[in-house]
Amino acid sequence: MASIGTIARRTFLIGSAAIAGGVAFGYYAYQRPVSNPLTDILGDGETTLNPFIKIDQSGVTIITPRADLGQGAYSIQAALVAEELDIAWEDIRVDPGPPSPSYFNAIVASEGFPAAAWDKGLGASALRGLGSAMSKFMGMQMTGGSTTVPDGFDRMRMAGAVARDVLLSAAAEQSGIAKAELKTKDGAVITPSGDELSYTSLAEAAALIEPPSNVKLKPESEWRYLGKNMRRLDIVEKSTGTAEYGIDVIMPDMVFATVRTNPRFGGGLKKFDASSAEKMRGVIKVVEIDGGVGVLADNTWRAFKAADAIDCDWGSAPYPATSDEQWTEAAASFTEERQDSQFRNEGDVALALDGADLIEAEYKVPYLAHAALEPLNTIVQFKDGQLDIWTGTQIPGIVIQNIASLTGLDADNIKVHVLIGGGSFGRRLEDDYVQQAVQLAMAHQGAPIKMTWSREEDMTHDFPRPMGMARGRGSVKNGKVDAYDLGIAYPSVSASQFGERYGVPLPGPDVTIVAGAWDQPFSIPNYRVTGYRVPPLVPVSSWRSVGASGNGFFHDCFLDELIHAAGADPLEERIRLCWHEPSRKVLETVGEMSNWGSALGENRGRGVAFTFSFGVAAAEVVEVTDTPQGIKIDKVFGAAEVGKVLDPVNIEAQMQGGIIWGLGHAMNAEITYADGMAEQTNYHAFEGMRLYQTPEIEVRALTNGPDLRGIGEPAVPPAAPALANAIFAATGKRIRELPLNKHIDFV
Amino acid sequence: MNETGNHMQLKVNGKEHEVEVEEDMPLLWVLRDELGITGPKYGCGITACGACTVHIDGMAIRSCSMPVGDVFGEVTTIEGLGTPDALHAVQAAWIEHQVAQCGYCQSGQIMAAAAFLEVNPDPDDEAIDRALSANLCRCGTYVRVREAVKTAAAKLRGV
Repeated sequence: MASIGTIARRTFLIGSAAIAGGVAFGYYAYQRPVSNPLTDILGDGETTLNPFIKIDQSGVTIITPRADLGQGAYSIQAALVAEELDIAWEDIRVDPGPPSPSYFNAIVASEGFPAAAWDKGLGASALRGLGSAMSKFMGMQMTGGSTTVPDGFDRMRMAGAVARDVLLSAAAEQSGIAKAELKTKDGAVITPSGDELSYTSLAEAAALIEPPSNVKLKPESEWRYLGKNMRRLDIVEKSTGTAEYGIDVIMPDMVFATVRTNPRFGGGLKKFDASSAEKMRGVIKVVEIDGGVGVLADNTWRAFKAADAIDCDWGSAPYPATSDEQWTEAAASFTEERQDSQFRNEGDVALALDGADLIEAEYKVPYLAHAALEPLNTIVQFKDGQLDIWTGTQIPGIVIQNIASLTGLDADNIKVHVLIGGGSFGRRLEDDYVQQAVQLAMAHQGAPIKMTWSREEDMTHDFPRPMGMARGRGSVKNGKVDAYDLGIAYPSVSASQFGERYGVPLPGPDVTIVAGAWDQPFSIPNYRVTGYRVPPLVPVSSWRSVGASGNGFFHDCFLDELIHAAGADPLEERIRLCWHEPSRKVLETVGEMSNWGSALGENRGRGVAFTFSFGVAAAEVVEVTDTPQGIKIDKVFGAAEVGKVLDPVNIEAQMQGGIIWGLGHAMNAEITYADGMAEQTNYHAFEGMRLYQTPEIEVRALTNGPDLRGIGEPAVPPAAPALANAIFAATGKRIRELPLNKHIDFV
Repeated sequence: MNETGNHMQLKVNGKEHEVEVEEDMPLLWVLRDELGITGPKYGCGITACGACTVHIDGMAIRSCSMPVGDVFGEVTTIEGLGTPDALHAVQAAWIEHQVAQCGYCQSGQIMAAAAFLEVNPDPDDEAIDRALSANLCRCGTYVRVREAVKTAAAKLRGV
């Protein structure tokens, strides 16, 4: 028995020593990554000091392996390295680098296991460790799960510090001055007499010096970039039309192309007639691809027109073809046989509900498209046995694997050049569009081919966020929530995305089915959350905040119902139920910000919601007015616990954007299916939020918790329930289905 | 625009171009694929998102649905509005407020805002909302769009 205690204690000591050591002494062991992928691709006069730093005569380039889809990933990655390397902000250049196992994401896979981020117990740590090992094994260079900052925080600062150290050593050797007397400033080593030795002049010598096995990182008090308002590196380009997205790439002799595939996923193409399309102006070739056709032409618009003119005979959908049938399937999934998980089961729910005044409710959320504004596109050139791919992607390593098996080419002959994305929200975690462009390039070799999807192709082939359903049962006692029993049913994102399309079936339950519901830091005497797996319907994927995007709505709205039934105050009762100190602070803060409890006036209402997701406690208060024309959202307050604020301007942007994303889709958006096809084909039918519906938004990032966390997703889940709870407060109407505009008008 | 058969003259950002295309080709695709001017973006093709917004004789126009054969004025794209070295006041305000996230809609937002401030130099929130609600942003930059329009308006008025 002692052994378990000993192991637990030792693990704890090792863990805390590593953390405390860093804080107390500022030294970190520098684990060198498996290899430096830059060494193989250096150009003339270029030097690399480690996988994150390349130096040539014109300056320093920081490698930013996490994709920038708009969330500001390039800037924060650059800041982490630059902070330690010591270069001037205006001199920073970034490059996404080549896909490589050296850039594996140690954190993202660990989110796939049932260990809540607040759970520091041994079992939870071991589970998370397994995720990290598996991720490294798979070389999973993935952008997602709000992990860029927590994953890069130590690693990228260390890369900067190690590089600075060897540059100092090189300067000491060259100048004969002791290393300890040298300083650095803005890309140069400075001698005691004030002479400057530029990094560019030292780089070659520095590259030959063995990097130190440990380095001292700057204390937070000396940070010049991190924690301060930084200007996004891409902000001028993105404000002058000069940023280059995939869709903007122009190459000599480039061919323009598009595709049309069966809008019934997996339905296939039975036959087609392209005879009139082939005669259209500018058309070079019509190519059959997996599940559809592609058109190569001399202009994108001509390719669009020709693709529309092809007469296609599509196969039928290999899944229930209408939304009604799909809902029937979901509703039939609350069975023992389809039970997927029960990570939370506290007290005795059955006993507590037996004979109690039962409160029951059924909730629904729809399919939702990512619908990033830049339609998916890829440029591919197959020439002399070498395949070059330029595209915005969150999974460059998986792209190479999938393209190698699609083409039979050796992975060494496939190069992926990652571009910025005009939005993604998880859509670029799929590579269907890349595979299509590659098929076109294989059929028309030599020239670069730019394949662009029409908006209609994009909207109708968006592996969506799954539809889902929840059934809640609960009871209250003495003015308090006493029993909470929530069953949640979705088709599995993990089985569809990882199993079907990454070729990595994850064993065991799919955590995303209950994420944002089972892992909430509340103490309810009798508390159970059960996940049910709906058989595969439409193929589904990760959508900004994944499982929590719907489960925040399910979990918090049903909690709100019980709190109202208990006659308790919605904010006070959540605070009372919450045992997790940083989460409680988030709730208290949003209460303060919104002046919770103050009178709002007639026809107005206020709702609060809380969701813990991606390691971040987030709470939001929404204020609405019930006008004669419909609901108007007046103001939103949001607070989130991030551990440390590294980039205040961008945290505010991500929280505002997350709230708008959450509210807009909750109000207005759904994807429905008829005859196996999405019924919404363009933004007139699916648009999220517009400017006129956008409320004032006030946000605050808190730093009371122990862990540094990313904020790209966690502001999304509480938005929908806070709005639905506010509508209930203003009107007495409890809406349990999204989008809300099926049941109430908005102005 | 002068026309001989499919040969057309098009003035874009102060420069004359001759293009030989179908009259019903949308201006957007002439700009992007024939002239290599990629600031105006393709988002929807049906005037539902505004990413393709350009000016024709100063008026904000959705170039994705404007047949090039119907263009009879001078076209200005975001590249002609201002450059990184010579920013238009709206672009400067967009940078000051760090509006852009993915940035894909921002060419259209900026072009719509610049044309709007020409006719309404001192707008309130409601007027801004009315003028720019047809420009879709999926990242949710709207709060800063509003702030930046006000900053730009003040700058253009010389306040």
